Amino acid sequence: MPLLEVTNLRTSFHTRHGIVRAVNGVSFSLEKGDTLGIVGESGSGKSVTCYSLMRLIPEPPGKIEGGTAAFDGVDLLTASPEQLRKIRGKRISMIFQDPMTSLNPYLKISEQLIEPLLIHENISRADALKRGIAALEEVGVPDAAKRIRSYPHEFSGGMRQRVMIAMALITKPELLIADEPTTALDVTVQAQILDLVKKMQRELGMAVIWITHDLGVVAGFCRRVQVMYAGRIVERAATDELFQQTAHPYTCALQKSIPALQPKGAALYTIPGMPPDLSRKVEGCPFVPRCEFAQDQCRQPVELKDVAPHHATACLRVQKGEINLKHE
Amino acid sequence: MSAEFPTVTQHTGEVEAGQSLWQDAWHRLRQNKLALIGACFIALLTIACFLTPLIAPGSYEKTNLALGPAAPSHAHWLGTDILGRDMLSRILFGGCISLSVGLAATLVSVLIGVLYGAISGYVGGRLDVVMMRVVDIAYSLPFVVFVILILVVFGRNIVLLFMAIGAVSWLDMARIVRGQVMSLKKQEFVEAAVALGLRKRRIILRHMIPNVLGIVAIYATLIVPSVMLLEAFLSFLGLGVQAPMSSWGTLINDGRKSMEEYPWLLIYPSLFFSLTLFSLNFLGDGLRDALDVRASKD
Repeated sequence: MPLLEVTNLRTSFHTRHGIVRAVNGVSFSLEKGDTLGIVGESGSGKSVTCYSLMRLIPEPPGKIEGGTAAFDGVDLLTASPEQLRKIRGKRISMIFQDPMTSLNPYLKISEQLIEPLLIHENISRADALKRGIAALEEVGVPDAAKRIRSYPHEFSGGMRQRVMIAMALITKPELLIADEPTTALDVTVQAQILDLVKKMQRELGMAVIWITHDLGVVAGFCRRVQVMYAGRIVERAATDELFQQTAHPYTCALQKSIPALQPKGAALYTIPGMPPDLSRKVEGCPFVPRCEFAQDQCRQPVELKDVAPHHATACLRVQKGEINLKHE
Repeated sequence: MSAEFPTVTQHTGEVEAGQSLWQDAWHRLRQNKLALIGACFIALLTIACFLTPLIAPGSYEKTNLALGPAAPSHAHWLGTDILGRDMLSRILFGGCISLSVGLAATLVSVLIGVLYGAISGYVGGRLDVVMMRVVDIAYSLPFVVFVILILVVFGRNIVLLFMAIGAVSWLDMARIVRGQVMSLKKQEFVEAAVALGLRKRRIILRHMIPNVLGIVAIYATLIVPSVMLLEAFLSFLGLGVQAPMSSWGTLINDGRKSMEEYPWLLIYPSLFFSLTLFSLNFLGDGLRDALDVRASKD
């Protein structure tokens, strides 16, 4: 049985400008210890997917409309607040995008770091503090015993993100959800944080969902990737296969947009147009207006289907074998 | 990489975990001279006022009609009032009442107002609507009518005066804290706290309230003068403190009537009143800085 099995998750936001379907029928599963990358541009629904799993969507205006998310037999979407509290921070942890704002400025690192231990485990303050210091050392905060008594503003961004990781992992969770944790950091620090999470994953054997818009990060870290667009999964494959056997025009366009893969001096590739307005109902493939391969048939409803073992795409023309993106 | 490790400021190094915010705040408050002077003044005055029955040079109520209103002298340092009562004793005794009213109102507004506002702001939704309408209703009661009603029903009693003032003093605080908490709860660290599996109660007490304490400190020091004036106003209407007891409000009011002939009757109570308010403002300012862990580091 997979650790996490999400089926047909739908989350929407009821705004003044209509109902925005941020996540529209997303299904995926995750085995113990596996690493799944979720890639997409801003507004593609990748963060909302994970926030829905943690039930962190502000309701209202957000609403989880349907679907299930079975985590070790418990449906996260319908679990009682009491059940949720026992899972959050203990069995599923999360690290956030901006380390500068995700720590309480008025509490010392020590207080925040050991908070998950104090509420989830039967442990004395002194022991919790010891484990807090050990956890800080583990994530590479120098002079941890002293630094643990500092306030968040006395740490740099990279160090704060290390604290966030230590805090997320201090209870040895089975699943870590990382919501673009490297986006707000310098490139060198990004690499350190990636290595750190990799190392911690090896040590704790936890599963990781890594949300990012950076295909480079995915390539170096994730075993499997799913690409999201307009609240749907458009392609899912093992990481190597996604890059070599690309099976969706959107994934293809994303790859072309990586500056490092372009010849020097060439104009940077950008995907023409804008992501669709999610408050309008989209029939068929949402990428049609921006897709160079689009035909009339693409406007009919399309499902995510396997085109190779463990490689699924939501492009009708690829499914039918009409286009081949391999050598694009 | 050296930028990665800013030096740890000295005073955070010595502090044990636990109660950290308060210990740190105390360390910082001690470095603020004005606030410290204010705190000392208030402390001394409080002690003096509450020891008045023991140390006062004369009785606050014993009249000496033969003496009448006498200017300050060796026998009566701050003079005597129209009935020949010793002003210093009356001022110190009045300080008891005024300071108690101020303290009681502050306690009520900090305890009830902060908690009420934090819960209302954090939980939001229907509870917020109900809680805030309760505040609105309490707000819209005509205060004087409300006090007269209480006094008519329960009889004149100084405790009731305190209760009446307490009942209105937390309303503003609740609104202010609610607004602050509503903006705070949109921040990511609150999301992170929820994701860690914290209960609402813990989030409110540990994450929300410490973040609003700076504003609470400032506002609390503003409450004190306003309730002292409120008490003076009620006493003026004959609903508060009655002669021969005194409060600063009544003393100033009496002094006002004869300020041209006997200016000391107005000057000295006003001096005590102003000095107390100054001290409270300096203290409040110092507290705000002390409670803001970020601003005071430089």
